Amino acid sequence: MKPGTVSTALKSGAIWGFIILELIFFSVAGEFLSLSDKAFMDWDNMLLLLKQSAPIGIIAMGMTIVMVNGNIDLSVGATFAIAAIVLLDSMTWPIFAGLGDWVIPVAWLLALVVGTLLGALNGLIVWKTGVDAFIVTLGAMLGYRGIVFMFNGEQPTSHLNWTLVDFAEAEFLGLATASWFLLAATFVIWFVMAKTVHGRNAYAIGDNREAAVNAGIRVGPHMMINFAIIGFLAALSAVVFYSESGSVNPNDGQLYELWVITAVVLGGTKITGGAGNVIGTFGGVIAIQLLRKGLGHIGADTSTVNLVIGLILVAVLVLDRQLNMKGKEELKV
Amino acid sequence: MADITRQQIGSLLAKQGILIAFVAFLIGFTIANPKFLTPDNVLSVIRSSAILGVMALGVTFVVISGNLDLSVGSMMSFSTIVVLDLHDKIGPALAIPAMFAMTLALGALIGFLVGYLKLNSLIVTLGMLSAIHGLTLTYSGGKNMDIADKEGTWFSVFGQGTALGLPIPILMFVAVAALLGLILSRTSFGRKVYAVGGNGTAATFSGIPRARTVFMCYLISATCVATAGLIQASRSLGSQNTVGQGLELEVLAAVILGGASLLGGSGTIFKTVIGVLILGFIQNGLLLIGLQFYVQFIVTWVIIILAVWLDIAAKRGKLMSPIA
Amino acid sequence: MTDAKPVLRLENIVKTFPGVRALDGVSFSVMPGEVHALMGENGAGKSTLMKVLGGIHQPDGGTIFMGDDAVVMSGPLEAKAKGIVFIHQELSLAEELSVAENIYLGELPTKSLGRVDWTRLADQTNAILQKLNVGFDANTRVGDLSIANQQMVEIARALTVDAKAVIFDEPTASLTDSEKVVLFDVIADLQATNVGIIYISHRMEEIFKITDRITVLRDGQYQGTVETADSTEESVTQMMIGRTLDLSRNASHHALGEVALEVRGLSCSKHYQDVSFEVRRGEVVGFYGLVGAGRTEIAETLFGLRDPSAGQILLDGEEVRINSPADAIARGISLVPEDRKGQGLVLGMNCRDNMTLPQIDTLKAGPFVAQGAEMEIFDKYHKQLDIRTPGWKQQVGNLSGGNQQKIVIGKWLSMHPKVLIVDEPTRGIDVGSKSEIHKLLRALAAQGYAVMVISSEMPEVLHVSDRIVAMYSGRVMRTFTSEDVTEDNLIQAISGMTSEQVA
Repeated sequence: MKPGTVSTALKSGAIWGFIILELIFFSVAGEFLSLSDKAFMDWDNMLLLLKQSAPIGIIAMGMTIVMVNGNIDLSVGATFAIAAIVLLDSMTWPIFAGLGDWVIPVAWLLALVVGTLLGALNGLIVWKTGVDAFIVTLGAMLGYRGIVFMFNGEQPTSHLNWTLVDFAEAEFLGLATASWFLLAATFVIWFVMAKTVHGRNAYAIGDNREAAVNAGIRVGPHMMINFAIIGFLAALSAVVFYSESGSVNPNDGQLYELWVITAVVLGGTKITGGAGNVIGTFGGVIAIQLLRKGLGHIGADTSTVNLVIGLILVAVLVLDRQLNMKGKEELKV
Repeated sequence: MADITRQQIGSLLAKQGILIAFVAFLIGFTIANPKFLTPDNVLSVIRSSAILGVMALGVTFVVISGNLDLSVGSMMSFSTIVVLDLHDKIGPALAIPAMFAMTLALGALIGFLVGYLKLNSLIVTLGMLSAIHGLTLTYSGGKNMDIADKEGTWFSVFGQGTALGLPIPILMFVAVAALLGLILSRTSFGRKVYAVGGNGTAATFSGIPRARTVFMCYLISATCVATAGLIQASRSLGSQNTVGQGLELEVLAAVILGGASLLGGSGTIFKTVIGVLILGFIQNGLLLIGLQFYVQFIVTWVIIILAVWLDIAAKRGKLMSPIA
Repeated sequence: MTDAKPVLRLENIVKTFPGVRALDGVSFSVMPGEVHALMGENGAGKSTLMKVLGGIHQPDGGTIFMGDDAVVMSGPLEAKAKGIVFIHQELSLAEELSVAENIYLGELPTKSLGRVDWTRLADQTNAILQKLNVGFDANTRVGDLSIANQQMVEIARALTVDAKAVIFDEPTASLTDSEKVVLFDVIADLQATNVGIIYISHRMEEIFKITDRITVLRDGQYQGTVETADSTEESVTQMMIGRTLDLSRNASHHALGEVALEVRGLSCSKHYQDVSFEVRRGEVVGFYGLVGAGRTEIAETLFGLRDPSAGQILLDGEEVRINSPADAIARGISLVPEDRKGQGLVLGMNCRDNMTLPQIDTLKAGPFVAQGAEMEIFDKYHKQLDIRTPGWKQQVGNLSGGNQQKIVIGKWLSMHPKVLIVDEPTRGIDVGSKSEIHKLLRALAAQGYAVMVISSEMPEVLHVSDRIVAMYSGRVMRTFTSEDVTEDNLIQAISGMTSEQVA
């Protein structure tokens, strides 16, 4: 057993406890309030929930490693939109006209490469200029959104490829394509963070950057790789989602960064870096989606979701502080 | 000798870089399009920057005190919706103070959480961004808000009126900037804000009430947001629930462009005004020379990073980061 | 030993930073199996030299030799690869990671797919930990260890490579006596394997106990290397500071006034218990003890930063409750804190604004700060304390340590306190400023201030105090007058012997 497993389990356990509470609450409240006669804990409903969690969830996995690393990425929503446009637009490009359905993997690849490069660009800027990741990606959020508009102005970009739609709507072993991608992203990032040297270095850098530098870890390239990973995952999230929907508005993906960060923080990742894991993040993603669906189930409208999630985020912080207070021992500063 | 001149240029760039860039922009755009620096155009730029500008003034206090405020956008939507709704219910004379009181209550809540409970301001205001957005939607029932009698209300004066030959929004922006500029640079409270943001522990060890100072900064920010909401509501006399969405980051961009450090302890009202105007003039200038609106996003991106990069490069005496 | 070649030799190392010549032709060498002390005042260039050695800074001139080869240290990784290992003063550990991960940070053993080989990692680590004979294992989270054990992790890290030279930077700063014994054993073991050791410390007794030779730096310049056996504390100090510091005893010749501050049975949970003392006007009371003896916490309680769990504080004979620094200031208590940069100053603010910070609310001209009054305060203490700064606009971060400390002292003198508490008045400042500050503290007492001086430097305490409160582990062991104090009984008191035993 690796060090800290118990305390980590306890901490990530909190989010699962919260999920169970949500399930109980919405099931019971649903009995009285819901207009539909279907139970909330319906299996199909839960499967749908997993699928709907995918777009935010896939990006949240990348955000976990970036935040554990001590950085943040505010540009994921814009990267998501760019990748979506590249995916849909490139399938109509004349040079790919002869490919038939082979255009699909080409378009996927293009979108993923673009996402990865945009992420890497953020990382490169953070590395080379030393400007804080918050500012770099705040700028990129605007800049990348500008690039989105360059494609089609304020018009949506649409292209439906039925083969692709079939693939995206397919189910395998009862799980939708999007769900598989979410699970795969979760597994891969879990593997990277828990098992590989790169992942352990990510914790070390977020925890004590100077120690990592002194130990000879090349912090700059390391951070760039993590930004490339989140860029890739933002693009992956986009290709999974838009393969099915086939149409992207230039404002799509806005505020995704906020949802993603909320999920990651709810999942127990430390905002200052050094601690957190994707299992917790997965819980955070599910908790948010449950809340959305659950509130819908008991007849509350979408506005309540925002209110409740915001308040929960703040409440988690307050609780965390109360639990970590050392009381009277501490200096009053 | 060459070394010294380079250092001097470096320190000049570091201290006044943003002003120099601003002037260079003005000259460049004026050459590209002579209409750019005409009084009419300048006034229209400032007027359209007023809402963002007023909010940026308040956020400047928060940032100098070493915190962030990401909730100003959705708080502005809230103010706008509330004042429009109350306008028809209790009349504008009561609606305005009621809206200010409600917005200030939200500011006080954030100030309490960040100041007294010492919670991370990024996450708190992120949560409040979402919560206030939900509050606004709940309040309005998700519908747009409109004033019934758009012709007959004096309420439109804040957004559409003129005085002394100048649009009221500009006058309000200038007045708030002057007032907050004086508070920040000349009063003991302003000094405390710098001390708390520069080194909160040292401020405490000097007897300065850190929590209360941070709390007050959020109240100031909320007051500015309410003022911005007032201008917005008065200008349009009707609004969507999402009118302020995304503004928080533009506001932050203006404050950072002005040279305030996110670590706290530095920045001025004057510099924030410059930051706001840079954003406004870039937007306007790019449109005037025939570029699409989205080019400003990309230009802003480049400018923000360059501005902060040059700032820290001058401080460390090296252009490139020493990170391996 | 004299016949062997040095493991490490530095020749004429020069390093300049903008405006400062941090190292000016420094040379020294370390023989295999030697413990070589590197000494000098703060700012003498020790850290810069070590950073050059560790590849963090590149020298502007001079050469580093290992054996017969001139080497260039391009970065920390290369220094490590060449067998140069640092045990840092500020622990350089990632607290969330395990002992094993920290020891092999930067070079975790891998399997396929870039995976960490946990089994091999644990085996390797436990083998090293066994050598060090420590009471924790490879999987312990570093954040759960005591400071001393964390230091052992750092040392374990040194043992993972084929070390040729190990550099200890103030290793005993936070260790207890028994932990020190373990550390010295480890150093002796390293010595026996012909590793060269550079030992940086201010603590003379340690230097004379474990080192073979001493090299001294002053203001970035090499002052010479001496055999430890042929030197005395005085001769080394002389090399370090260039002249001797006046530390003669210095009790008051003026009459003492009323009791300004009295503390009765004061306790603060686990920090200190049942502390009683009094400070009269015109008197300097020194507080002496080891780090962690509770002295700073008493000061913080008196300044309203901690709530006492029991006991009374009396000011001018009247019992008071002090809830916040603002309270303390209003009652005439001032604190020059121990951590100048962290607690004393806002480094990004200018000199004047720092100085007037505690009274900013009272310097009013209408709604604004009265800048004229601020300038008067600054000018007054600028002159009186002889603060060397280009002007009031200078950011305090750009001043030397001594001048920074004077700004903090000026800040509190301008409040005209009844009781002035000074925690570590001369930590990390140059000798010249040191003696100025000592004089100043005496002068303040002569003017009628009640002064509490907390210091970990015995000569300083003996020099400035009229009476000395000796503390050990949160308790007052004994209060000495300047007549009955000797170095011996003071040391005994602060190392935990009861006053009866001492007496």
